[in-house]
Amino acid sequence: MNNLIAIFLGLAIINNFIVAKFLGLCPFFGVSKKLGNALSMGLAVILVMLIASVATWIINHYILIPFGVEYMDIIMYILVIAALVQMIELFIKRTNLILYNALGIYLPLITTNCAVLGITLINAGEGYTLLESSIAALGGGLGFTLILIIMSGIREKLEIADTPRVMRGLPVAMLIGMLLGLTFFGFGGIV
Amino acid sequence: MGRFWKELTKGVVISNPLFILALGFCPALAVSTSVDNAIGMSVGVTFVLLGSNLIVAAIRRAVPNIVRIPVFIVVIATFVTVVNLLFHAFVPAIYEALGIYLPLIVVNCIILGRAEAFASKNPVLVSIADALGISIGYLLALLTISFIRELLGTGGLSLFGHELFTLPVLGEDPMTLLILPPGAFLVMALLLALFRKLGVMKCE
Repeated sequence: MNNLIAIFLGLAIINNFIVAKFLGLCPFFGVSKKLGNALSMGLAVILVMLIASVATWIINHYILIPFGVEYMDIIMYILVIAALVQMIELFIKRTNLILYNALGIYLPLITTNCAVLGITLINAGEGYTLLESSIAALGGGLGFTLILIIMSGIREKLEIADTPRVMRGLPVAMLIGMLLGLTFFGFGGIV
Repeated sequence: MGRFWKELTKGVVISNPLFILALGFCPALAVSTSVDNAIGMSVGVTFVLLGSNLIVAAIRRAVPNIVRIPVFIVVIATFVTVVNLLFHAFVPAIYEALGIYLPLIVVNCIILGRAEAFASKNPVLVSIADALGISIGYLLALLTISFIRELLGTGGLSLFGHELFTLPVLGEDPMTLLILPPGAFLVMALLLALFRKLGVMKCE
Protein backbone atom coordinates (compact mmCIF):
# COMPACT_ATOMS: atom_id res chain seq x y z
CA MET A 1 0.00 0.00 0.00
CA ASN A 2 2.81 2.39 0.96
CA ASN A 3 4.44 1.58 -2.34
CA LEU A 4 1.29 2.65 -4.23
CA ILE A 5 1.04 5.92 -2.30
CA ALA A 6 4.72 6.61 -3.05
CA ILE A 7 4.17 6.04 -6.78
CA PHE A 8 1.05 8.19 -6.80
CA LEU A 9 2.53 11.16 -4.91
CA GLY A 10 5.84 10.79 -6.71
CA LEU A 11 4.31 11.25 -10.15
CA ALA A 12 1.55 13.66 -9.12
CA ILE A 13 3.63 16.16 -7.16
CA ILE A 14 7.35 15.52 -6.74
CA ASN A 15 8.22 14.38 -10.26
CA ASN A 16 5.33 16.31 -11.74
CA PHE A 17 4.87 15.60 -15.45
CA ILE A 18 4.96 19.23 -16.54
CA VAL A 19 7.27 21.12 -14.22
CA ALA A 20 9.80 18.38 -13.40
CA LYS A 21 9.69 15.93 -16.33
CA PHE A 22 8.75 18.44 -19.07
CA LEU A 23 6.18 16.06 -20.55
CA GLY A 24 3.16 17.68 -22.15
CA LEU A 25 4.48 21.23 -22.40
CA CYS A 26 2.42 21.97 -25.54
CA PRO A 27 -0.96 21.93 -23.72
CA PHE A 28 0.69 23.73 -20.80
CA PHE A 29 1.51 26.69 -23.06
CA GLY A 30 -1.39 26.29 -25.49
CA VAL A 31 -4.59 25.24 -23.75
CA SER A 32 -4.06 26.79 -20.34
CA LYS A 33 -5.69 30.13 -21.17
CA LYS A 34 -9.14 29.38 -19.68
CA LEU A 35 -10.04 27.36 -16.60
CA GLY A 36 -12.75 25.36 -18.39
CA ASN A 37 -10.45 24.34 -21.24
CA ALA A 38 -7.69 23.38 -18.82
CA LEU A 39 -10.10 21.15 -16.91
CA SER A 40 -11.39 19.44 -20.07
CA MET A 41 -7.88 18.84 -21.35
CA GLY A 42 -6.81 17.48 -17.97
CA LEU A 43 -9.78 15.08 -17.83
CA ALA A 44 -9.09 13.87 -21.37
CA VAL A 45 -5.42 13.26 -20.50
CA ILE A 46 -6.25 11.35 -17.29
CA LEU A 47 -8.72 9.16 -19.19
CA VAL A 48 -6.37 8.38 -22.07
CA MET A 49 -3.37 7.84 -19.77
CA LEU A 50 -5.31 5.35 -17.64
CA ILE A 51 -6.66 3.36 -20.58
CA ALA A 52 -3.33 3.49 -22.44
CA SER A 53 -1.44 2.27 -19.35
CA VAL A 54 -3.73 -0.73 -18.93
CA ALA A 55 -3.70 -1.52 -22.66
CA THR A 56 0.08 -1.29 -23.04
CA TRP A 57 0.58 -3.38 -19.88
CA ILE A 58 -1.55 -6.15 -21.37
CA ILE A 59 0.26 -5.93 -24.71
CA ASN A 60 3.62 -5.87 -23.01
CA HIS A 61 2.97 -8.93 -20.85
CA TYR A 62 0.90 -11.07 -23.22
CA ILE A 63 2.41 -10.22 -26.61
CA LEU A 64 5.79 -8.49 -26.52
CA ILE A 65 7.46 -10.43 -23.71
CA PRO A 66 6.17 -13.99 -24.55
CA PHE A 67 7.24 -13.59 -28.19
CA GLY A 68 10.55 -11.93 -27.30
CA VAL A 69 9.93 -8.80 -29.36
CA GLU A 70 10.36 -6.14 -26.67
CA TYR A 71 12.31 -3.99 -29.13
CA MET A 72 9.03 -3.34 -30.98
CA ASP A 73 7.66 -1.49 -27.94
CA ILE A 74 7.83 2.08 -29.29
CA ILE A 75 6.00 1.22 -32.52
CA MET A 76 3.38 -0.86 -30.67
CA TYR A 77 2.73 1.77 -28.00
CA ILE A 78 2.30 4.67 -30.41
CA LEU A 79 -0.06 2.68 -32.65
CA VAL A 80 -2.08 1.45 -29.68
CA ILE A 81 -2.37 4.98 -28.29
CA ALA A 82 -3.39 6.40 -31.68
CA ALA A 83 -6.03 3.68 -32.16
CA LEU A 84 -7.27 3.99 -28.57
CA VAL A 85 -7.75 7.73 -28.84
CA GLN A 86 -9.89 7.24 -31.96
CA MET A 87 -11.96 4.55 -30.26
CA ILE A 88 -12.46 6.59 -27.09
CA GLU A 89 -13.53 9.53 -29.22
CA LEU A 90 -16.11 7.45 -31.10
CA PHE A 91 -17.35 5.83 -27.89
CA ILE A 92 -17.81 9.13 -26.07
CA LYS A 93 -19.51 10.64 -29.12
CA ARG A 94 -22.11 7.84 -29.17
CA THR A 95 -22.71 7.60 -25.42
CA ASN A 96 -22.24 11.01 -23.84
CA LEU A 97 -22.64 14.09 -26.03
CA ILE A 98 -22.08 16.55 -23.17
CA LEU A 99 -18.71 15.01 -22.33
CA TYR A 100 -17.89 14.84 -26.05
CA ASN A 101 -18.54 18.54 -26.49
CA ALA A 102 -16.43 19.33 -23.43
CA LEU A 103 -13.45 17.21 -24.52
CA GLY A 104 -14.10 17.73 -28.24
CA ILE A 105 -11.02 19.00 -30.00
CA TYR A 106 -8.60 17.98 -27.24
CA LEU A 107 -8.98 14.23 -27.68
CA PRO A 108 -7.28 13.92 -31.11
CA LEU A 109 -4.46 16.19 -29.94
CA ILE A 110 -3.60 13.76 -27.16
CA THR A 111 -2.18 11.19 -29.59
CA THR A 112 0.98 13.26 -29.95
CA ASN A 113 1.08 14.34 -26.31
CA CYS A 114 4.37 13.20 -24.79
CA ALA A 115 2.71 12.66 -21.41
CA VAL A 116 0.70 9.66 -22.65
CA LEU A 117 3.59 7.88 -24.39
CA GLY A 118 5.76 8.97 -21.43
CA ILE A 119 3.63 7.17 -18.83
CA THR A 120 3.60 3.94 -20.85
CA LEU A 121 7.41 4.08 -21.21
CA ILE A 122 7.83 4.84 -17.49
CA ASN A 123 5.55 1.90 -16.58
CA ALA A 124 7.50 -0.45 -18.84
CA GLY A 125 10.88 0.88 -17.69
CA GLU A 126 10.09 0.59 -13.98
CA GLY A 127 8.49 -2.84 -14.45
CA TYR A 128 5.26 -1.83 -12.67
CA THR A 129 2.43 -4.33 -12.15
CA LEU A 130 -1.01 -3.67 -13.62
CA LEU A 131 -2.23 -1.99 -10.41
CA GLU A 132 0.96 0.08 -10.05
CA SER A 133 0.72 1.16 -13.70
CA SER A 134 -2.85 2.36 -13.23
CA ILE A 135 -1.95 4.24 -10.05
CA ALA A 136 1.05 5.80 -11.80
CA ALA A 137 -1.17 6.90 -14.70
CA LEU A 138 -3.74 8.34 -12.31
CA GLY A 139 -1.06 10.22 -10.35
CA GLY A 140 0.65 11.52 -13.45
CA GLY A 141 -2.63 12.63 -14.99
CA LEU A 142 -3.85 14.36 -11.83
CA GLY A 143 -0.51 16.17 -11.40
CA PHE A 144 -0.74 17.28 -15.03
CA THR A 145 -4.30 18.57 -14.52
CA LEU A 146 -3.32 20.33 -11.29
CA ILE A 147 -0.56 22.31 -13.03
CA LEU A 148 -2.84 23.12 -15.98
CA ILE A 149 -5.50 24.49 -13.60
CA ILE A 150 -3.02 26.53 -11.55
CA MET A 151 -1.51 27.89 -14.76
CA SER A 152 -4.91 28.87 -16.20
CA GLY A 153 -5.67 30.86 -13.03
CA ILE A 154 -2.37 32.72 -13.28
CA ARG A 155 -2.85 33.25 -17.04
CA GLU A 156 -6.21 34.97 -16.54
CA LYS A 157 -4.51 37.54 -14.29
CA LEU A 158 -1.51 37.78 -16.60
CA GLU A 159 -3.67 38.86 -19.53
CA ILE A 160 -4.34 42.19 -17.81
CA ALA A 161 -0.87 42.60 -16.30
CA ASP A 162 1.66 45.01 -17.82
CA THR A 163 4.37 42.58 -18.93
CA PRO A 164 7.48 43.92 -20.73
CA ARG A 165 7.01 43.65 -24.49
CA VAL A 166 9.78 41.10 -25.08
CA MET A 167 8.49 38.83 -22.30
CA ARG A 168 4.88 38.60 -23.47
CA GLY A 169 3.45 35.18 -24.28
CA LEU A 170 5.87 32.27 -24.24
CA PRO A 171 8.78 33.72 -22.17
CA VAL A 172 6.60 34.79 -19.27
CA ALA A 173 4.77 31.44 -19.36
CA MET A 174 8.18 29.77 -19.02
CA LEU A 175 9.06 31.95 -16.04
CA ILE A 176 5.81 30.91 -14.35
CA GLY A 177 6.73 27.32 -15.15
CA MET A 178 10.00 27.91 -13.33
CA LEU A 179 8.27 29.34 -10.24
CA LEU A 180 5.78 26.44 -10.19
CA GLY A 181 8.70 24.04 -10.58
CA LEU A 182 10.49 25.58 -7.61
CA THR A 183 7.32 25.37 -5.52
CA PHE A 184 6.78 21.72 -6.36
CA PHE A 185 10.47 21.06 -5.76
CA GLY A 186 9.78 21.87 -2.10
CA PHE A 187 7.65 18.70 -1.79
CA GLY A 188 10.75 16.64 -2.56
CA GLY A 189 11.18 15.27 0.97
CA ILE A 190 7.70 13.94 1.66
CA VAL A 191 8.03 10.45 0.16
CA MET B 1 21.73 22.94 -56.12
CA GLY B 2 20.67 26.49 -55.22
CA ARG B 3 17.40 25.16 -53.79
CA PHE B 4 19.39 22.64 -51.69
CA TRP B 5 21.39 25.38 -49.97
CA LYS B 6 18.33 27.57 -49.54
CA GLU B 7 16.45 24.83 -47.68
CA LEU B 8 19.56 23.90 -45.70
CA THR B 9 20.26 27.41 -44.39
CA LYS B 10 16.57 28.14 -43.77
CA GLY B 11 16.34 25.70 -40.87
CA VAL B 12 19.33 27.13 -39.03
CA VAL B 13 18.06 30.66 -38.39
CA ILE B 14 14.86 31.74 -40.18
CA SER B 15 12.88 28.71 -39.10
CA ASN B 16 14.96 27.45 -36.19
CA PRO B 17 12.79 24.64 -34.75
CA LEU B 18 13.23 25.62 -31.11
CA PHE B 19 13.55 29.39 -30.94
CA ILE B 20 11.44 30.49 -33.91
CA LEU B 21 8.94 27.71 -34.60
CA ALA B 22 8.72 26.88 -30.85
CA LEU B 23 8.36 23.13 -31.52
CA GLY B 24 9.54 20.22 -29.43
CA PHE B 25 10.22 21.96 -26.14
CA CYS B 26 9.64 18.90 -23.96
CA PRO B 27 12.82 16.94 -24.74
CA ALA B 28 14.86 20.10 -25.35
CA LEU B 29 14.32 21.37 -21.81
CA ALA B 30 14.73 17.94 -20.26
CA VAL B 31 18.03 16.87 -21.86
CA SER B 32 19.85 20.22 -21.89
CA THR B 33 21.45 19.62 -18.46
CA SER B 34 24.83 18.91 -20.05
CA VAL B 35 26.51 19.47 -23.41
CA ASP B 36 27.04 15.69 -23.80
CA ASN B 37 23.31 14.99 -23.54
CA ALA B 38 22.50 17.85 -25.91
CA ILE B 39 24.85 16.41 -28.55
CA GLY B 40 23.49 12.89 -28.03
CA MET B 41 19.89 14.07 -28.36
CA SER B 42 20.71 16.10 -31.47
CA VAL B 43 22.37 13.11 -33.11
CA GLY B 44 19.26 11.04 -32.38
CA VAL B 45 16.92 13.71 -33.76
CA THR B 46 19.12 14.22 -36.85
CA PHE B 47 19.09 10.51 -37.66
CA VAL B 48 15.31 10.19 -37.23
CA LEU B 49 14.56 13.41 -39.13
CA LEU B 50 16.84 12.49 -42.05
CA GLY B 51 15.41 8.98 -42.25
CA SER B 52 11.78 10.01 -41.97
CA ASN B 53 12.10 12.92 -44.42
CA LEU B 54 13.88 10.62 -46.91
CA ILE B 55 11.28 7.84 -46.72
CA VAL B 56 8.26 10.15 -46.55
CA ALA B 57 9.45 12.13 -49.59
CA ALA B 58 10.16 8.91 -51.50
CA ILE B 59 6.74 7.37 -50.85
CA ARG B 60 4.73 10.60 -50.98
CA ARG B 61 2.91 9.71 -54.21
CA ALA B 62 2.15 6.14 -53.15
CA VAL B 63 0.48 6.99 -49.85
CA PRO B 64 -3.25 7.79 -50.01
CA ASN B 65 -3.95 11.17 -48.46
CA ILE B 66 -6.41 9.83 -45.90
CA VAL B 67 -3.94 7.46 -44.16
CA ARG B 68 -0.84 9.62 -44.47
CA ILE B 69 -0.49 10.57 -40.77
CA PRO B 70 -0.55 6.95 -39.47
CA VAL B 71 1.93 5.97 -42.20
CA PHE B 72 4.26 8.83 -41.24
CA ILE B 73 4.04 7.86 -37.56
CA VAL B 74 4.98 4.26 -38.32
CA VAL B 75 7.95 5.42 -40.43
CA ILE B 76 9.10 7.74 -37.63
CA ALA B 77 8.60 5.10 -34.93
CA THR B 78 10.72 2.66 -36.95
CA PHE B 79 13.63 5.09 -37.12
CA VAL B 80 13.26 5.93 -33.41
CA THR B 81 13.47 2.20 -32.62
CA VAL B 82 16.66 1.96 -34.70
CA VAL B 83 18.20 4.96 -32.89
CA ASN B 84 17.16 3.53 -29.54
CA LEU B 85 18.87 0.20 -30.24
CA LEU B 86 22.00 1.86 -31.70
CA PHE B 87 22.40 4.17 -28.67
CA HIS B 88 21.83 1.27 -26.28
CA ALA B 89 24.57 -0.74 -28.02
CA PHE B 90 27.24 1.88 -28.73
CA VAL B 91 26.81 4.80 -26.26
CA PRO B 92 25.19 3.22 -23.16
CA ALA B 93 26.14 6.19 -20.92
CA ILE B 94 24.20 8.66 -23.08
CA TYR B 95 21.38 6.13 -23.52
CA GLU B 96 21.00 6.00 -19.72
CA ALA B 97 21.23 9.79 -19.36
CA LEU B 98 18.59 10.47 -22.03
CA GLY B 99 16.22 7.88 -20.52
CA ILE B 100 12.65 8.05 -21.81
CA TYR B 101 13.37 11.19 -23.83
CA LEU B 102 15.13 9.16 -26.54
CA PRO B 103 12.06 7.00 -27.38
CA LEU B 104 9.91 10.12 -26.96
CA ILE B 105 11.47 11.52 -30.17
CA VAL B 106 8.59 9.65 -31.81
CA VAL B 107 6.08 12.25 -30.55
CA ASN B 108 8.41 15.22 -31.10
CA CYS B 109 6.39 17.74 -33.12
CA ILE B 110 9.48 18.75 -35.13
CA ILE B 111 9.71 15.37 -36.87
CA LEU B 112 6.02 14.87 -37.71
CA GLY B 113 5.79 18.58 -38.52
CA ARG B 114 8.54 18.38 -41.15
CA ALA B 115 7.12 15.15 -42.61
CA GLU B 116 3.66 16.69 -42.94
CA ALA B 117 4.61 20.26 -43.89
CA PHE B 118 7.64 19.64 -46.08
CA ALA B 119 8.64 16.09 -47.03
CA SER B 120 5.13 15.02 -48.10
CA LYS B 121 5.10 17.80 -50.72
CA ASN B 122 8.71 17.93 -51.94
CA PRO B 123 11.20 15.67 -53.75
CA VAL B 124 13.79 13.58 -51.90
CA LEU B 125 16.86 15.78 -52.31
CA VAL B 126 15.30 19.02 -51.01
CA SER B 127 13.68 17.06 -48.18
CA ILE B 128 17.13 15.88 -47.10
CA ALA B 129 18.36 19.48 -47.21
CA ASP B 130 15.40 20.53 -45.10
CA ALA B 131 16.09 17.76 -42.57
CA LEU B 132 19.78 18.69 -42.36
CA GLY B 133 19.00 22.39 -41.92
CA ILE B 134 16.42 21.80 -39.20
CA SER B 135 18.77 19.36 -37.44
CA ILE B 136 21.64 21.86 -37.43
CA GLY B 137 19.29 24.52 -36.10
CA TYR B 138 18.13 22.11 -33.38
CA LEU B 139 21.73 21.23 -32.47
CA LEU B 140 22.74 24.90 -32.21
CA ALA B 141 19.71 25.73 -30.07
CA LEU B 142 20.29 22.76 -27.74
CA LEU B 143 24.01 23.57 -27.51
CA THR B 144 23.22 27.18 -26.53
CA ILE B 145 20.85 26.14 -23.74
CA SER B 146 22.99 23.30 -22.43
CA PHE B 147 26.20 25.38 -22.59
CA ILE B 148 24.68 28.04 -20.34
CA ARG B 149 23.13 25.49 -17.99
CA GLU B 150 26.26 23.35 -17.63
CA LEU B 151 28.67 26.30 -17.40
CA LEU B 152 26.76 28.13 -14.66
CA GLY B 153 25.08 25.13 -13.08
CA THR B 154 28.22 23.05 -12.50
CA GLY B 155 30.81 25.83 -12.68
CA GLY B 156 32.76 24.29 -15.54
CA LEU B 157 32.55 22.39 -18.81
CA SER B 158 33.32 18.79 -19.62
CA LEU B 159 32.96 16.96 -22.91
CA PHE B 160 32.53 13.16 -22.98
CA GLY B 161 34.43 12.69 -19.72
CA HIS B 162 37.21 15.23 -20.36
CA GLU B 163 37.27 18.26 -18.02
CA LEU B 164 37.70 21.26 -20.32
CA PHE B 165 37.92 24.03 -17.71
CA THR B 166 36.50 25.18 -14.39
CA LEU B 167 35.38 28.71 -13.63
CA PRO B 168 37.23 30.46 -10.76
CA VAL B 169 34.42 31.32 -8.31
CA LEU B 170 31.49 29.32 -9.69
CA GLY B 171 33.62 26.16 -9.74
CA GLU B 172 33.48 25.97 -5.95
CA ASP B 173 29.97 27.29 -5.52
CA PRO B 174 27.93 26.61 -8.68
CA MET B 175 24.37 27.85 -9.33
CA THR B 176 22.87 24.38 -8.92
CA LEU B 177 19.39 25.72 -9.70
CA LEU B 178 20.28 25.91 -13.38
CA ILE B 179 20.81 22.16 -13.84
CA LEU B 180 17.59 21.40 -11.95
CA PRO B 181 14.31 21.36 -13.93
CA PRO B 182 13.25 24.94 -12.94
CA GLY B 183 16.56 26.21 -14.33
CA ALA B 184 15.62 24.95 -17.79
CA PHE B 185 12.52 27.15 -17.79
CA LEU B 186 14.55 30.14 -16.56
CA VAL B 187 17.30 29.84 -19.20
CA MET B 188 14.77 29.23 -21.98
CA ALA B 189 12.61 32.22 -20.94
CA LEU B 190 15.62 34.55 -20.83
CA LEU B 191 16.98 33.27 -24.17
CA LEU B 192 13.60 33.76 -25.86
CA ALA B 193 13.35 37.29 -24.43
CA LEU B 194 16.92 38.04 -25.57
CA PHE B 195 16.23 36.88 -29.14
CA ARG B 196 13.13 39.08 -29.21
CA LYS B 197 15.10 42.04 -27.90
CA LEU B 198 17.75 41.52 -30.61
CA GLY B 199 14.99 41.38 -33.23
CA VAL B 200 15.65 37.80 -34.34
CA MET B 201 12.16 36.85 -33.17
CA LYS B 202 8.93 38.78 -33.40
CA CYS B 203 7.11 39.92 -30.26
CA GLU B 204 3.50 38.89 -29.72
